[in-house]
Amino acid sequence: MHRKGLTELAAGLRAGEFSSVELTRDCLDRIGRLDGGLNCFITVTEAQALEAAQAADARLKAGDAGPLTGLPFAHKDIFCTKGVKTSCGSRMLDNFPAPYDATVTRRLQEAGAVMVGKTNMDEFAMGSSSETSYYGPVKNPWDTARVPGGSSGGSAAAVAACLVPASTGTDTGGSIRQPAALCGITGLKPTYGRVSRYGMIAFASSLDQGGTFTHSAADAARLLGAMAGFDERDSTSVDRPVDDYVAQLDEPLTGLKIGLPKEYFGAGLDAGVGASVEAALEEYRKLGATLVDISLPNTHLAVPAYYVVAPAECSSNLSRFDGVRFGYRAQDPRDLADLYTRSRGEGFGAEVKRRILIGTYALSAGYYDAYYLKAQQVRRLIRDDFLRAFEAVDVIMGPTTPSTAFRLGEKAGDPVSMYLSDIYTIAANLAGLPAMSIPAGFAGGLPVGLHVIGNYFAEARLLNIGHRFQQVTDWHVQVPAGYE
Amino acid sequence: MALDAEAVEKIAHLARLGIDAQHIPEYSRNLSDILAFVEQLDAVDTTGVVPLAHPLEATQRLRADDISETDERETFLAVAPSTEAGLYLVPKVIE
Repeated sequence: MHRKGLTELAAGLRAGEFSSVELTRDCLDRIGRLDGGLNCFITVTEAQALEAAQAADARLKAGDAGPLTGLPFAHKDIFCTKGVKTSCGSRMLDNFPAPYDATVTRRLQEAGAVMVGKTNMDEFAMGSSSETSYYGPVKNPWDTARVPGGSSGGSAAAVAACLVPASTGTDTGGSIRQPAALCGITGLKPTYGRVSRYGMIAFASSLDQGGTFTHSAADAARLLGAMAGFDERDSTSVDRPVDDYVAQLDEPLTGLKIGLPKEYFGAGLDAGVGASVEAALEEYRKLGATLVDISLPNTHLAVPAYYVVAPAECSSNLSRFDGVRFGYRAQDPRDLADLYTRSRGEGFGAEVKRRILIGTYALSAGYYDAYYLKAQQVRRLIRDDFLRAFEAVDVIMGPTTPSTAFRLGEKAGDPVSMYLSDIYTIAANLAGLPAMSIPAGFAGGLPVGLHVIGNYFAEARLLNIGHRFQQVTDWHVQVPAGYE
Repeated sequence: MALDAEAVEKIAHLARLGIDAQHIPEYSRNLSDILAFVEQLDAVDTTGVVPLAHPLEATQRLRADDISETDERETFLAVAPSTEAGLYLVPKVIE
């Protein structure tokens, strides 16, 4: 049962081959047996999950099932869940049962999905390895000496190890696509504003976007359809109808123009990763697509611009954690200043502190123009590169990451080297474009991801492009040894 | 631009962020590395480029000035570290 994806499981539930309670118990059982070695989950919500599964079975029996009724999923611990601990991977929120549900939480509940737990992540989604969590690092199921990527590492590893058929994630600079690539699964970051940010704990508000982890693009289509849509509670939510992602999966790819930016295939790209990506591109050519060489000349500026914009917005967003209204409070504060300073000093880990400090510096008097304003100008140049490219091509492809999964601790002491693991993913966040990573093979026994960037609101096209590839390849159904 | 220990302490104060004295040299080194990295941006001529604040250039939506939320005071106070009589408690600020 655990090898099946959402689409197949939904059919099985409707046909009465198994119940949602049986399916949910199977997930809980696998989590209990296998998660000790992976650390994907911060909280397992067994009692609530079984209760939701029973309700789902009643709906299925009554013929009143929604698109996700009875299907188990894991929720990144950045999404607020009413009455359930929502830690964001931080000591700061270790004692925080969210007082309300995020819009994504509510939508998935309404669609009938069964949450089995909350997944581990880099603290406040700041990291590319899931090592900065207060709850300890997540391990990659393909090699537990290696990282699963981050920040949504728990969500990615849980799907890769078949503990759950699907999970949610958030992506500010690559936090869905990079772990999806490193764990060998499908990860989709929609267009900025497509999925509501309400109740999704904010890191960098102009970049944050919620999305999906699944084995297949077809499963992602089903999950995204339930998550996406306008929300008046998110001031940057886009008021535009949601496409029927499932309906467009089988469209032919004949005539599809794929842009290959020369900047994504240059120095710094691991040869094994490059070879897998080339082989995947050849599959697309066989499917009727045309490959076009293009250039995104400001690519090299994406990571530096990001490390001004993201920390600046982080320092502003995280000022709400002050030890007064929610979260961690230091013991016996001398005065109000001591309460703020020590609660924040003790509640946040090192990477979060680094980013708050960089952001505070970049926004401080006399430096705003030199850093934040400059970075926002460069951001436009990066966005304009994409607009020009999409006049000539339908989608852009390249590797999701420059290398396969790195070893735990390998980059922990060197922030800049860690930041560069998102070198191919960050530009899509700065431009607000939808992008996806799909499994494209292995290098040295570790998964490789193919990165596909689409034009604004082209999620249906991306999923179609992923689905057609997955009909002629089997990379997305590979499961790591020990988790079959 | 390199940030020395004094600069790190000043920024930490602005952010009301407690940093152990023993870790300041490490922050000073890491933050200086990050700033050196982002200073690649200085080489780009951005004269006349309008900063991009929102990827889709969206503007703030307006809505009617109606009451849309119910009173959730008790719910939100329940997750606070210290409250009394419907108020958040902090150390005394006036002697």
